[in-house]
Formats: sequence, C-alpha cells, structure tokens
Amino acid sequence: MRKISNLILQRLALGFVTLFLVSLVIFLAAELLPGDIAEAMLGQSATPETLASLRLELGLDQPAYIRYVHWLGGALTGDFGKSLATGRPISELLHPQLENTFFLATYSIVLAVPLAIGLGVLTALLRNTLPDRLLNGVALTAISFPEFFVAYILICVLAQTGIFPSMTRLTPGGGLGGFLYSAFLPALTLTMVVTAHMMRMTRAAIINLLALPYIEMARLKGMPSLRIIVIHALPNALAPIITVVAINIAYLITGVVIVEVVFVYPGLGQLMVDSVSRRDMPVVQSIALIFAATYVLINLLADVLSILTNPRLLHTK
Amino acid sequence: MPDMSNATPLLVMKDVHIEARSNDIWTSVVEGVDLTLRKGEVLGLIGESGAGKSTLGLAAMGFARDGCRISGGSIHFDGIDLLAQSEAGHRSILGRRIAYVAQSAAASFNPAHRLISQYIEGPVQHGVMQRDEAMRDAFDLYRRMQLPDHERIGFRYPHQVSGGQLQRAMTAMAMSCRPDLIIFDEPTTALDVTTQVEVLSAIRDIVRQYNTAAIYITHDLAVVAQMADRIKILRHGREVEEADTAEMVNAPREDYSRSLWAVREYNRIPRPEVKSSSVPLLAIQNISAAYGQALCLEDINLDFHRGRTVAVVGESGSGKSTLARVITGLKPPSQGSIHLDGDELPGSYRKRSRDQLRRVQMIYQMADTALNPKLRIGELIGRPAQMYLGLRGKALTGRVRELLDLIGLDPDSFINRLPSELSGGQKQRIGIARAIAAEPKLIICDEVTSALDQIVAAEILKLLDDLQSKLGLAYMFITHDISTVRAIADDVVIMSGGRIMEVGPKGRVLDSPESPYTRALLESVPERDPNWLTKKLRKSRLG
Amino acid sequence: MTPVMFLTWGALAIVLGTIAGWSFRWILSRCTTGYVRIAVRQAPVAASFGMLIILLYVGVAILAPLIAPFAEREVVADQFMPWSATNLLGTDNLGRDMFTRLIYGARNTVGIAFAVTVIAFVIGSTFGLLAATVGGWADQLSSRLVDVMMAIPALIFSLLLLTIFGTSIISLVLVIAVIDSTRVFRVARAVAQTIVTMDFVEAARLRGETLFRLVFREVLPNALAPLIAEFGLRFCFVFLSISALSFLGVGIQPPMADWGSMVRDNAALITFGDLTPLLPAGAIALLAVAVNFVVDWFLHIASGLQE
Repeated sequence: MRKISNLILQRLALGFVTLFLVSLVIFLAAELLPGDIAEAMLGQSATPETLASLRLELGLDQPAYIRYVHWLGGALTGDFGKSLATGRPISELLHPQLENTFFLATYSIVLAVPLAIGLGVLTALLRNTLPDRLLNGVALTAISFPEFFVAYILICVLAQTGIFPSMTRLTPGGGLGGFLYSAFLPALTLTMVVTAHMMRMTRAAIINLLALPYIEMARLKGMPSLRIIVIHALPNALAPIITVVAINIAYLITGVVIVEVVFVYPGLGQLMVDSVSRRDMPVVQSIALIFAATYVLINLLADVLSILTNPRLLHTK
Repeated sequence: MPDMSNATPLLVMKDVHIEARSNDIWTSVVEGVDLTLRKGEVLGLIGESGAGKSTLGLAAMGFARDGCRISGGSIHFDGIDLLAQSEAGHRSILGRRIAYVAQSAAASFNPAHRLISQYIEGPVQHGVMQRDEAMRDAFDLYRRMQLPDHERIGFRYPHQVSGGQLQRAMTAMAMSCRPDLIIFDEPTTALDVTTQVEVLSAIRDIVRQYNTAAIYITHDLAVVAQMADRIKILRHGREVEEADTAEMVNAPREDYSRSLWAVREYNRIPRPEVKSSSVPLLAIQNISAAYGQALCLEDINLDFHRGRTVAVVGESGSGKSTLARVITGLKPPSQGSIHLDGDELPGSYRKRSRDQLRRVQMIYQMADTALNPKLRIGELIGRPAQMYLGLRGKALTGRVRELLDLIGLDPDSFINRLPSELSGGQKQRIGIARAIAAEPKLIICDEVTSALDQIVAAEILKLLDDLQSKLGLAYMFITHDISTVRAIADDVVIMSGGRIMEVGPKGRVLDSPESPYTRALLESVPERDPNWLTKKLRKSRLG
Repeated sequence: MTPVMFLTWGALAIVLGTIAGWSFRWILSRCTTGYVRIAVRQAPVAASFGMLIILLYVGVAILAPLIAPFAEREVVADQFMPWSATNLLGTDNLGRDMFTRLIYGARNTVGIAFAVTVIAFVIGSTFGLLAATVGGWADQLSSRLVDVMMAIPALIFSLLLLTIFGTSIISLVLVIAVIDSTRVFRVARAVAQTIVTMDFVEAARLRGETLFRLVFREVLPNALAPLIAEFGLRFCFVFLSISALSFLGVGIQPPMADWGSMVRDNAALITFGDLTPLLPAGAIALLAVAVNFVVDWFLHIASGLQE
C-alpha cells in the first residue's frame, strides 16, 4: 500500500504545482497589457497626476511578485479585488453567479454522464451494426454543431411552443422544481453537446477493452455476455471512463459560457463575456482562475480515482 | 498413447474454411483443412507465422475472432454440430467440455480478479461444482501443476505471479471442469527455455493423468515432438502433411516438413582459431552499466576479432541486448572502456566521430521496424554510402546496385520499391545491405533470424556467412536460440544476470560446458528426439 | 416550429444529403482512375457528401464577389426586412442584405479559421516532432509548459488573452493559433514518440544523422497520416471556436461579414419565429459536419493501411 499512497501524493503534488503555474500564467497575462491597468481604467482622461495616484492606490508601484502574492492570497480567501468598470468588489459580483453556474453545470453533468456512458457502452456492444452507425452519425453531427446552434434549435422547437422558457429567470422561491424547470433548456443544450463527445470516447475506450485477451478468455470459458461486461470488463473500465468524464469537463466549461449568453442565464460565463467586452481585466482574471482551477481539480480527482480503481496498482507485490 | 483402433473420434473437422476481413474485403486464412482427434489423443498443430494454426485451433471450439468468420465446412465435437448450436448451447460446451490455454497468460488473466476466483468461475457458472468444492479442487490441481505454495498462490492477483507459474495456473484453470479437449495455443512461446521445460512437463503430466485430448499449437517442431501423438503441419492455411510423431520427426514425406529443421541442419565450415598474439578489432574491458540503481551489466570483458563470429547467448534479462547497446553507444557504460582498432571509443554515440560510427553497424530483429517504411530501397541502402563514403549521383546508384547484387536481389526490380512491397526475408536482406553499405568492421546482429521462418532463416545465415568470408567482417551474434549458435558461431559467450557465465570456442562450450548455468541452459533446449523430455525428467529426478 | 415539423425537416435533410453524396460519389468515380477511383468507390456516402460540401464552400469563398448581389458592407434597405425578390433572405439589423453577408461570411469565417489552423499546425507540429525526437529535458520542459497551458480551458484562455490584446483580426488569429498549437503539439509529440522508439530511427541516430534529417526525413513522413487527420479535426475546432467568440461579440468584428456575429446580431428575430438567423449557424454546422465526415473516413482508411 505504500506504493499507491506515494503515487497519489505524487499526483496531488503535481496537481498543485500545475494549479500554481496556471494562476501565475493568468496573473502574468495582465502584465502583457500595453501600459497597465491604471491606464486602462482612466483611458483618454488620464493625466500624469491621476495616473500616479491611481497606481499608488492599486499598489502598482510595487514589484510584480509582491502583487502576485497579494492577488493569489486574496483569491484564496475569497477577496478578488475590485472591478475596474464598476468599482465594486469582485466577490460581490461573483456572489449569485457562481452558484448559478455551479447549479447549471451539475444539472447537465447529472443528465449527461449516465446518458453518455450508457450510450457509449451500448454502441460499443453493438459496434458496426446499424444502431451503432446511426448513433455515431448523430453524435458526430452534434459535435460539429456550434453550441449556440443547438441552443437556438431547442428554443425554436421547445420554447416557441411554450413548453419551456427561452430566457432563464432564476427567481428565488420557486423551489428546486422551479429551478430545474427554468434551467431545463440550457441544461439540455449542454447535455447534448457534452454527451456527444463523452459517448464517442466511452465507446472507443470500451472497444479497446473488449479486444483484450482476458475478455476473449472469458468468452472461451463459456461465460454469458452480461457476466463478461459486469464481472470482467467493468472493473477494468472504471479508470478509462473516469478519464473520459474528466476530459469532457473542458467541453462543459466552454459550453457553459455560450449557453449562458444565449439563454441570458445569470452565471459566471455571462459575467465573463460582459467583462471581456468592457476590458475589465480583474474580473476576467478572477473568473478565468475559477474555471481553470475547477478544471485542474477535477482532472486531479480523476487521476486519483483512476489510481484507486486500477487493480494492478491496488494489489502490489 | 491411446488405443487408436477402436476409439471413436472426439472431434471431427471437415473441409473447414475460415476468412478474415481486412479493409472490408474477406480473404481466406484457412482453406479446406480436415482434422480428426480421438479421446485422450494429443495432436500437434504446427506451422510458421501466418499458417492459420491459431485460427484453426479456435475453430475447433466453434469460435472465430472478431473480424474472422468460419465460412465453410463442418465441425463436430462428440457428435454435436458446433456450428449449428444456439448461443447458449455453444456456451455450455465452451470451458466445460472444451477449454483453451492462451499464449500470453499475463494478458489472458483478468487483472481485476484473484487467480482462484478465475479458476472457480468456470465450474461454478457451468454448474459442475459448488464454490467450496471448486476451491478445494483448485488447491489440488495447483499442486498437481507443481505450483509452489498451492494453498495460497490462488489468492494472488495475476501480476503478482511469475510468467511460468501463471502459464501453469492457466492450464489448471482450463482443467477445472475436466474438459474432454484442451486447445493449447503456443503456451510456452513467451517463456525462457529453462522455464519452458517445467511448464511442458506439467502440461504433459496433467493431460495424461486425466486422459484429456489436446490440440497443441506451436511453431517449434522439437517442442511438439515431446507433447504430441500425431503432428499436422499447416502452411498458408492448408495442410502439408500429417503423421505420427515418430514418423514426422524421423522420416517426413514433404520437402516443406523437412525444411522445418533447416536451421538445425545448417552448419558452416568452422574458421581457424585466433592466435593469442593478434590485436582484437574491438576490445571490451571491465564494462559495467546500470539502469538507475539496478546493475544490468557487471564487469564484462570480451574481444572481437576480424572474420570471426561471437555468439552472445542468454535468456531475457541476461544483459545481452544491453551489451549491444553499450557497444553502439546508445547506453553509455558506468565504468570500463571499449577500444576499436586500438582507439578508445567515447561512451555515447553522440560523441563518436562519423568514422567510428561507420565501423560498427547493426542489423535488427524486426526488419519491419528497422526500415523506414516511407523510403525506397535505393535510398535506404544508399544513405550510409552517401554519408560515410561521400558517394553521389552515378557512383551512388552503382554502389547501391552492387550491394543489391551482393545480397542476391535483382537491382532493376528492387531499387525503387518500398519496404512494404517486400517479404520478411527480403526486408532482412535489405537490413544487411544497409549495414554492409557503411563498409563496417563489426556488425551486431540482434536476433536477426528469430522473426523469420526456418528456411528463410537458414538462407539469411548463409548470406551472412558468405559476406563474412568475402569482406572479413566480425559479427556479434545475439540470440537465445542454441541451434542458431551451432549453425554460425566461432566463439560462444553465455550470459546471465548481467554477467558472463562462460566464454570459449563453440565446440568446447556447447559440448563440454564448464559452468553449471551453461549446462542447465543447454539441457533445457528441446531436441528432435520425441523421448528427450522423458529422458531429461528421469535424469533430473534421479539426480 | 413544432417538434414534429423539426423531425420532418431533419429527415428531409438526411435524405437530400444522402442523394447529394451518392450522386457526387458517382460523378467522382467517373472522372478519376486507378487507386483514387477504388478509394472513391468505397467511400461512405457521408464522406462524399462531406467532400461535396467542402468543395462548395471553397467555391463560394473564392467567387464571393461574383455571386453576391450586393457589396459586403452596403446598406441596401430598412432593418430586418423579410425575404423578397431583391433581398433573397431579407436584411439584417442594419439593413444590409443577408444573402450577401452569408456569402462573404464563407470567405471571412472559413478563411480566417483556415489561416489560424495553418499557423497552429506549423508551430505545434514542428515543436511536437522536435520535442519527441530530441527527448530528454528539452522534451520534459516543453511538455510541462504545454500541460500548464492546456490546464486552462481553451475558450476561457482565449477570452482572457483577447481582453488583453483587444479584438483586432491579427490578435484574434494569433491568440487562437497559439492556444490551439498546444493541442497540436501534444498530438504531434504523441505520434512522434511511437515512431521515435522504432528501430529505423535508432539506426538513423547511430548513423550520425542530423536532427533536421531525423525530424523531416525519418519521423515526419511516418507521422503524416495522423497529422492530416488532426488537421481536419483541428480546423473544425478552430472554426467553431472563432464562431463562438464572434457570437459572444469578441471575435471577428463588424462591419466584416461573419457567421457567428450574424447570429448574434439578428438573434432577436428568432423569438419572433423568423428562422433567418439560424442560417449562418446552420452554415457553420454544415461545414463542421462535412469536415468531420471526411476526417472519419480518412481515419478509417489510414487505420486500414497500417494493418
């Protein structure tokens, strides 16, 4: 067991180094600005005096590494600094949006993961038959569709007939049911986009697995198909499937941003896009950090889970 | 041996055709083979790569791999038409009445389950035994298969058990339902010779104890001679010849059957011994090398002389390939020195001069991966001549044609081909030509014949020998195959665990070995005599 | 539009696509010979449909000024006019001709995506092949750097960088190209790593070949097939990313005609039941589907060749 805990500690260390480097990249990106944040804030109205006083106020007179430590330390305690556009603390801006986005993402994952894995396993079992080819064609098409196209089609089909709202208003008091109802279309859009990717990767992973000699051995021992899948394939399929799910979180994050804009969903993605248009650098940085950190942490979790479900690593000599 | 006269056939395969799909086109793999097997009889199925022997073995179970199909003929097992069975009916026979032992036990055991749960799965699922009974039975069979610690080894996971033990555990698993027939698909090919003997004897004992019929598939005639009552030879999906083992070994009817002994029967004229005063071409002194903390070569001293062949023999992990990597400079040694023509060679190939690189060339085991598939033969062979000797234009083309002539390939038809348009033997010839093109002093031949069919291998050995006489080359011949050593070596080096166990002229080392390891190694190599295994076992039990 | 209508239109599209693909394959097999002809004949209908669509888009992109009835940025009528004989698909939010904008969009959107993919490929595959061939710490360093860059989801990273560099065409092209080159790097490196371990590369190293020759003569020719497939997939990805950014308003900027921005600018119509804004979105989807179909077929052939 010592070997496996070492391996996990190693992964955790590597994950946190990555996290640190990612935060560094996001911080340093702002240093690439022609001029600095003070110039960006004041724009045309800048005079040398106002610039100097603002720089002092923002701490821009200090060297970059000190500002980085302040920024990261603040971010870790929930203090992201102030928005350039509104002057309000960023943590206030993030407050309802973060939860809303988290809700939407979880909603889609709960729908997409079982669907994608189910369809992936199914198409792998039925490989090269008509249903497999058909589902694959549909998945390939869905992957090729831009997220907003899928969203607008769903609006045309499901919202215009009045079944679901085309704009998401998350009013408190509606209860979970109300939330689920009003966020249904954005969640469905995300589900469709992510499911297509995830299903194709699951199918490929399972097909690789089914070609292995020990699966052939189980067939030659006269074992029924269901037993082969459940007893022989599944324990070895966990790690690849976990990896597939983790990879697809990237598609989910991309999708969230676009879907939120289409459905005017009050989330982080919407806020980020607005801030990009306003060139509100501190807000963009904060949200980028949140998204990137989530992605890195999920991948880290997947790594650890893959190790924990790998029989060769679990039972060492 | 069972009584042939009145036994009813257990397995009857008639006019079996099997096809495989590649690029959406079905091509024939097995074409009209008949096979009959009686109860308790062992049939050896032998052939070279691509002969269709594994495919036929699986077809005896009524099974075809994905991408293959049994397209014609009939297969009857104990009166049951296997091809007409329902899926459930077929499953009730697989594992219970016909079992399978695969080539790679490490890949064929499920890594997620303990050996014993995989053992009892068959008997319990087929309703042959209860769980507890099957467990006790597993201990018993593990003991009979001469597995150590037989009451506990089953509770290990596959990757916790060595290759030879795993292969025996797999045979025990195949036996778990006491089937009437077991298909052994090259069960010892992946093992070292010393391990192979243990597995062979365990398999033979257990099959005889339970009077189980078996089809034993292999490419090694000497191995199958120990195991089988009858031998059937396949080539290109057709039967060449079938006969009783003694007859097949001593008096085969077909030329092709005789050619399976080609390497063993090839024997070149021995060369005179070197004078002790002569300066070696390449001298290895006190070489050690390590991967991380693990020492893989320890204090190696070895000389190579012009015009002579040194065969370096050892099992996997003996360090013979590492030694080659040290000489070529791919693996710089941790200590010691190498002198070429009296000058010390830098440890890494990156630091060696172009001329030093030129003088040591290499020929690889797998000609498929040793030749860039996207370059034409002319460029493959021409490149060393262009680089080292500065040949250009007409002179270069002339030299390439000369080299093709030298290796026995027609320049006009080969110079513009791609490697994929060549047979295995032809590719290996191109590999030789590329080495020769550099006009080297020493050529390292790394298992150059082990991926080739016997006749082709014998031809390649002869070509190498001719080139040596013509050009005065020194060869370092890395191999695990003793018959290849007998065929071509002048001197023999026996390696094990990164050390040299014994060095000397071929005759002395092979016929009167001094080190116990050499003796054990040589005694483990199966011989043509069908009674070799019996004699060996009797001898070792007495001793 | 009711779900039933939607399904009907979908089925109709599949039928028409199949017929188009089938006829195009028939025409192709008539005007080709030899190996190409055999390959074309065995091509699935989806792939020949894909090739037809790609050709069509390329044709429209090149001939845009000849086909379009108006100039790209010309205001020709009132805003949001319905479909008519003069304005085939009506007018947009500024009164420009939709049909004209759609045609010029092919030129701008596809052209920019293609340019980005080429740049990403040159950077990514050169460094990827080099890293795998050189190995050692240079490989480790560049791979870890790429890992860090890939740890930030592509769209988020591009939004961050576009905030800094602004939304000019040049910065858009460079930002997306650099971000995507990390993905190409990883693929190229993985492909090259399997090639580099083969004996013929070892033989070339021992022969004393230069790094340049190792990469371009020994490794690259053997990496070509997977790299071409990756080019197709990468193009789709870049094309969709640029469209997404334009849709979000931070991609290709007005007054340039571009499909993503066209959807964004005219999206309001959708709520009134006018489907015209879906046409540019559909145009994006159609090209991406077409490229994916062709790549899928190519991968199938390439895997068959290796056997």
